[in-house]
Amino acid sequence: MSLVLDKVSMHVGGHTHIEQVSLTLERGSLNVLLGPTLSGKTSLMRLMAGLDKPTAGRVLVDGRDVTGVHVRQRSVAMVYQQFINYPSLTVYENIASPLRVARRPKAEIDRKVREAARLLKLEPYLDRTPMHLSGGQQQRTAIARALVKDAQLVLLDEPLANLDYKLREELREELPKIFAASGAVFVYATTEPAEALLLRGNTATLWEGRLAQFGRTPDVYRRPANITSARVFSDPPLNTMRVHKRGAQVVLDTGDTEAARGVLAGLPDDTYTVGFRADHLYLRRPDAEAIAVTGTVAVSEITGSESFVHVDVPRADGGSDRWVAVSRGVLDVEPGERIEVFIDPRRVFAFGHDGALAAAPPLAVAA
Amino acid sequence: MLRARIVLGLYIGFLLLPIYWLVNMSLKTNSEIVSGLTLWPHTLTFENYTKIFTDPSWYSGYINSLQYVALNTVLSIALALPAAYAFSRYRFVGDKHLFFWLLSNRMAPPAVFALPFFNLYSAIGLFDTPFAVALAHCLFNVPLAVWILEGFMSGVPREIDETAYLDGYGFPHFFVKIFTPLVASGIGVTAFFCFMFSWVELLLARTLTSVDTKPIAATMTRTVSAAGMDWGLLAAAGVLTIVPGALVIWFVRNYIAKGFALGRV
Repeated sequence: MSLVLDKVSMHVGGHTHIEQVSLTLERGSLNVLLGPTLSGKTSLMRLMAGLDKPTAGRVLVDGRDVTGVHVRQRSVAMVYQQFINYPSLTVYENIASPLRVARRPKAEIDRKVREAARLLKLEPYLDRTPMHLSGGQQQRTAIARALVKDAQLVLLDEPLANLDYKLREELREELPKIFAASGAVFVYATTEPAEALLLRGNTATLWEGRLAQFGRTPDVYRRPANITSARVFSDPPLNTMRVHKRGAQVVLDTGDTEAARGVLAGLPDDTYTVGFRADHLYLRRPDAEAIAVTGTVAVSEITGSESFVHVDVPRADGGSDRWVAVSRGVLDVEPGERIEVFIDPRRVFAFGHDGALAAAPPLAVAA
Repeated sequence: MLRARIVLGLYIGFLLLPIYWLVNMSLKTNSEIVSGLTLWPHTLTFENYTKIFTDPSWYSGYINSLQYVALNTVLSIALALPAAYAFSRYRFVGDKHLFFWLLSNRMAPPAVFALPFFNLYSAIGLFDTPFAVALAHCLFNVPLAVWILEGFMSGVPREIDETAYLDGYGFPHFFVKIFTPLVASGIGVTAFFCFMFSWVELLLARTLTSVDTKPIAATMTRTVSAAGMDWGLLAAAGVLTIVPGALVIWFVRNYIAKGFALGRV
């Protein structure tokens, strides 16, 4: 099936949860809803499922308007971030539940439950109740229940957020494969850009209930349509700086003037916001054309093989911008230390006044 | 440690003393009770108990009481379950006020309602039936039951309801198969509170009955005969009124504290 959201909005008691979101999700596609907490991922999923009725707009399934059709009459499976199972039923009965309600033959129920249990490695626990399972096993039970239903729309709302690291990696890899065979529309909500990149498929970036961008995941990452999408799809946060283009030169917010090179070279004269991710802010000069900026180290974090250095860069107007640089290896810098960081003008995004992308690096170097 | 035990022992002894004395009296003859202080029955007799179990005017009192108590408990829970679910799951205009108003029903003394109930039930022919007392007690028990059950139900994540709908359950099916087992302990505690109130309430029960459904407590207050007070018999009746309560409390002993906190622990 295909799912179309046509300008749906959701307002609850004067608060905007979702504002004018239009999306088309194709049959058999994997779609990631990416956004920070409170960006509207769960609200949007609830609208897709039919658990909530949108304040405005329509939801179409295969071209049929299903706005306001009760969730029971739709073919939807959903897995919540919290581990939701029926505590009074065994794992077997939990998984079998949608099939029992649909009055399927006993043999079929048994076959499907055992198959799902095998896929999700739940076979040894079928006779236990969810209370006697670990968090990961509980969530796998919830996923198995969603799986046996053969729903046409599968919604996973941060399903791995409360699981430990190893299990997350394992399940993240398996989940799309498990559901791929069914031809369902698969929607996966996450707060983490890295998770979206690992899942591939399509990504919709959400911010404060609005859709920032929707497209193939690598495209959204390497060619953000606007600064909001770039911010949502950056972890550590996107570094930004305002620049003023003056012919062949750019005046940085720091007061320095540089030659307009790389992405900035072809832009008409105006004021732009330049954005670059942490891995494109260098602590060692990458080449002769890099723009050097001096700042003060605010925080330095070392995560084994990588160093995150947070730098305060003073602006000409007296304020300062907080940037993050990530570099391989252990880098010993102390907070308060003055440090020179480097921006590669060929690897930055330039956004105009309205936040829309004005220029981006060619895909080959954008990564 | 030892001191704590001694203090606790003294306290429990202090609490149990009246109950012991009741049991003690029920096993004595009347002449021993009135003749002086004896710490245990010197002339042990079960005659008091035999009388209660063989004399219809006595044992029917228990049957009558149990009848309306059971009826009231079932009615209260049956009415409170959907109401509590609505309060815990839906927002509607004035829900909080309505919820508080329910509890404020318990603040009026039962005597206030005795007269209108008496008049109303006499007029419609409910007077002196188990339904009269059971319905009258609902006035106090339904609000209490709604409060306790709402607390227990709010402890069940709403997502469980939604998951059931996603699985295809209809509301009645979901409520009976999935939801009720999750609040089973709450239902047990609620049943206990309804039972306890209805079992010990005397004023309404006595006012709304006369002959056919006279409750045990009323029977006990009408035992002064020409030969004076039958102390031993009264004590035996008293012991037997404690037994049902003790039985019920045994079944819900693990959840009772949560019930006292109206399910909000």
